[in-house]
Amino acid sequence: MEDIKAHRSPLALQRTVAERTIGHVQAESRTTRLQIANFSFYYGAFEALRDISMEIRDRQITAIIGPSGCGKSTLLRSINRMHDDTPGARGKGMIAIDGTNIYAHDADPIMLRRRIGMVFQRPNPFAKSIFDNVAYGLRVLGWRDRNAIAERVEQSLRKAAIWDEVKDRLKSSALGLSGGQQQRVCIARAIAPQPEIVLMDEPCSALDPIATLKVEDAMLELRRDYTVVIVTHNMEQAGRVSDDTAFMLMDSQTRAGLLVEFGATGNIFTNPKDQRTEDYISGRFG
Amino acid sequence: MPQDTQQLTTWQYIQRRTQHGDVFFWFITLSFALAVVGLVAVIGFVIWNGSELARERFGLSALFQDGWNPIRGNFGALPAVYGTLVSSMIALCLAGPFGVLIGVFLTELCPQWLKTPLSFFVELLAAIPSVVYGLWGVFVFAPFFRDHVAIPLANSVGQVFPLLGGTVTAGRSLMVTGIILAIMILPTIAAISRDVIAVVPNHQREAMLAVGATRWEVIWKAVLPYARAGIIGGMMLGLGRALGETMAALMIVGGQKSRVPESLLEPGITAAALIASELPNANDFLHESMLIFMAFVLFGITLILNGIARMLVWYSARGPVGSIRA
Ligand SMILES: Nc1ncnc2c1ncn2[C@@H]1O[C@H](COP(=O)(O)OP(=O)(O)OP(=O)(O)O)[C@@H](O)[C@H]1O
Ligand SMILES: [Mg+2]
Repeated sequence: MEDIKAHRSPLALQRTVAERTIGHVQAESRTTRLQIANFSFYYGAFEALRDISMEIRDRQITAIIGPSGCGKSTLLRSINRMHDDTPGARGKGMIAIDGTNIYAHDADPIMLRRRIGMVFQRPNPFAKSIFDNVAYGLRVLGWRDRNAIAERVEQSLRKAAIWDEVKDRLKSSALGLSGGQQQRVCIARAIAPQPEIVLMDEPCSALDPIATLKVEDAMLELRRDYTVVIVTHNMEQAGRVSDDTAFMLMDSQTRAGLLVEFGATGNIFTNPKDQRTEDYISGRFG
Repeated sequence: MPQDTQQLTTWQYIQRRTQHGDVFFWFITLSFALAVVGLVAVIGFVIWNGSELARERFGLSALFQDGWNPIRGNFGALPAVYGTLVSSMIALCLAGPFGVLIGVFLTELCPQWLKTPLSFFVELLAAIPSVVYGLWGVFVFAPFFRDHVAIPLANSVGQVFPLLGGTVTAGRSLMVTGIILAIMILPTIAAISRDVIAVVPNHQREAMLAVGATRWEVIWKAVLPYARAGIIGGMMLGLGRALGETMAALMIVGGQKSRVPESLLEPGITAAALIASELPNANDFLHESMLIFMAFVLFGITLILNGIARMLVWYSARGPVGSIRA
């Protein structure tokens, strides 16, 4: 709980990586939730990801960082098979949740996506009321009981740190909200069905610092129940919220995305093993 | 600057105002826009004026009376009004869902290699002249429909519902007209639906997919609601074409002008077909004026239906900022 309070104020921005490391220690024992093993991904003939392997731990926040175009979104979207309808796109290798390969022949992408929530780079609410936006996933799952839906909507909006701002206008259009509010409604929408894993693709890239902090609050709140994977361009954000960090880079010849280094956020930021990681983190990289 | 302006001669002032050409551009676009308004006004005025005799003689009540018989001087226009509305509605009810489904298929489901040829055929359908549709309707479709649909229908369901009953003699009927009109407006609705659906932003689909929706749910709950305003617009364009279609309707509607047919399977008349068929024989002023009055009524029906559609769009869409309008 203290963790969360600390993040409520802009002071949290100044939280150092060192503190982060301390917070990290008690969580060391978390088990692997999501396993990515020798995963490569192709858009037609173009190799977008090459041989990525990492283990994402249960109820931890894992950040994926790296320069633009290195395949962060591609990797994230592979986890809930959002590429299924992209012509020519295919993966090789394994991504497994609790040991079950999600790309197995008998794996059902629809059921998979119901276990995984996703928040996109740009807020993308439906042109519906705030309430309906959050209730959408529940209705897709077949929820009919109005009271249960209302309860879950409130709970999700609270978790997404937006309840107080919207509780009086649940019936008005989500498009009337500010970008930051919309994004938090989208987070509420993603977590309403209580997925096991929440994926966020640069959730704060359209937001101002205050809204960013609120979304970060929401992430830390989520971390208590969910496994969270975020893509971010914001190094400080990765430092502030994540437990583990994956650093990716493009192969200079083929432009294929590579995983350079993966480990506890504290180690990546203070004591990187790879020279390229250090260069990137210290801003010496293009 | 203000002082500066005062010292300029009028000519210099105009030169300065217009040196970037923006004013000219504004003026040109404005005049073209006003030309459209002017055209509508002129057409409205002409048919209003030309129909004066008929309006004064019969007034609006002619629209609700049976019995069109120019020789006796009876001009009950109800059969034409009824026929126009009914055949267009049949057309819209058939072509609307079909057209939207074609649009959905072309944008969401169709394999890449099939897209272009299929689109081409849809557009080809729009390029066929209406006389050709009429001919095909008269010689191929109407007889087929009479033998295989209309007669069995009239003998079974028609015994209970008079609207689908009656004695089916000729192949020509309001129903056949509606169906042919549906085929004619199908490409309009399909092409507009396709274009409108194609510009629904991908993030709306992804948002729906990500909550675990099936493809069907993505289309039904995310894509179509987003594109609704544009799709309704496309349907209205199609409806406008159906209402005003003359040649094909004239050839297949049957020309039953004197009474409102009890059954959709019997011959009828539409306003456009009525005008086209009688104009050559309209030798007295009253008859002529009455035909112009019919044109006026057709104009009115189109306007009213368009207005209703527009309201439908406003209210049903409740003005979401992002959605697409046509
Ligand atoms: N649908 C697609 N078809 C073909 N190539 C694609 C597609 N999507 C992405 N790519 C390519 O794959 C590579 C990785 O893209 P990706 O979007 O994963 O990068 P990213 O790391 O998320 O970048 P950014 O930080 O700018 O969002 C890029 O070279 C991109 O051009
Ligand atoms: Mg990206």
